[in-house]
Amino acid sequence: MPSDLPIDIETRDGATIVRPSGEVDLARSPTLRTTLGEVIGDGVSRLVLDLSQVDYMDSSGVATLVEALQQCRTRQATLVLSGLQDRVRSVFEIAKLDAVFTIRPDLDAALGD
Amino acid sequence: MSEQHDPPPTIRLELLSRPDLLAPVRAMIVSLAERFGFDDIESGHLALAVDEALANVIRHGYESRPDGRIWLTIRLLDDPAPTFRIEIEDEGRQIDPSQINPRDLDEIRPGGLGVHIMREVTDACDFETRSPRGMRLVLEKMPRRRPPHDHRDADETSSSPNRT
Repeated sequence: MPSDLPIDIETRDGATIVRPSGEVDLARSPTLRTTLGEVIGDGVSRLVLDLSQVDYMDSSGVATLVEALQQCRTRQATLVLSGLQDRVRSVFEIAKLDAVFTIRPDLDAALGD
Repeated sequence: MSEQHDPPPTIRLELLSRPDLLAPVRAMIVSLAERFGFDDIESGHLALAVDEALANVIRHGYESRPDGRIWLTIRLLDDPAPTFRIEIEDEGRQIDPSQINPRDLDEIRPGGLGVHIMREVTDACDFETRSPRGMRLVLEKMPRRRPPHDHRDADETSSSPNRT
């Protein structure tokens, strides 16, 4: 069964926007991890992860984002999450990570920071 | 929780320890949970708990080998209260159940969240070793919505952190 995670990348208003689509679980989080590692490694200063098209995320996906956050902090880059659907936000709340990440309701708000 | 007193399984599946099977299992759990009376968020939480449990078996029990066998048994119980029970069994590496604990969430690092999530979103989450090898996990969750004869305050039950 295919387990790829479609991911769009664009640059706007000085930020790099990464937009995965679908379900981020143990099968698909490695794809997101690789993409985020490459984008951060390229020296991005402002990264927005638009999660509006992600309708499911488990702890492997959350761990991927924690790792990305740590990489960004090491490189003095900022990471903002935007557009979290209720089910995805709920996982961050359960893991008590909603206060650790900068979370904005939508992409416009994230780019406006 | 002796098996000899349990009603027959509603569903029993055998699957391989492949991450690409997690999505179809989640879809089945959500569909069944909604029919059992769980709301959208609760159904999602139940699927999340099963996902985390299976992911743990795949990663730790079978060390990411794709050919391990996992058995998933679902029992829809009515007595004494409507309860969705899921049993997950494997033949992988055994771990002392007393050593399976959620980690300190104040420590911000990747990984180690699965057990915490399972315990938060279910009403029961019990690990035991399985004879002759492997582990057995039993998850239970009751719908927040109570049947008409139950006069408990809905607000009281919904305020519990593991029912939201």
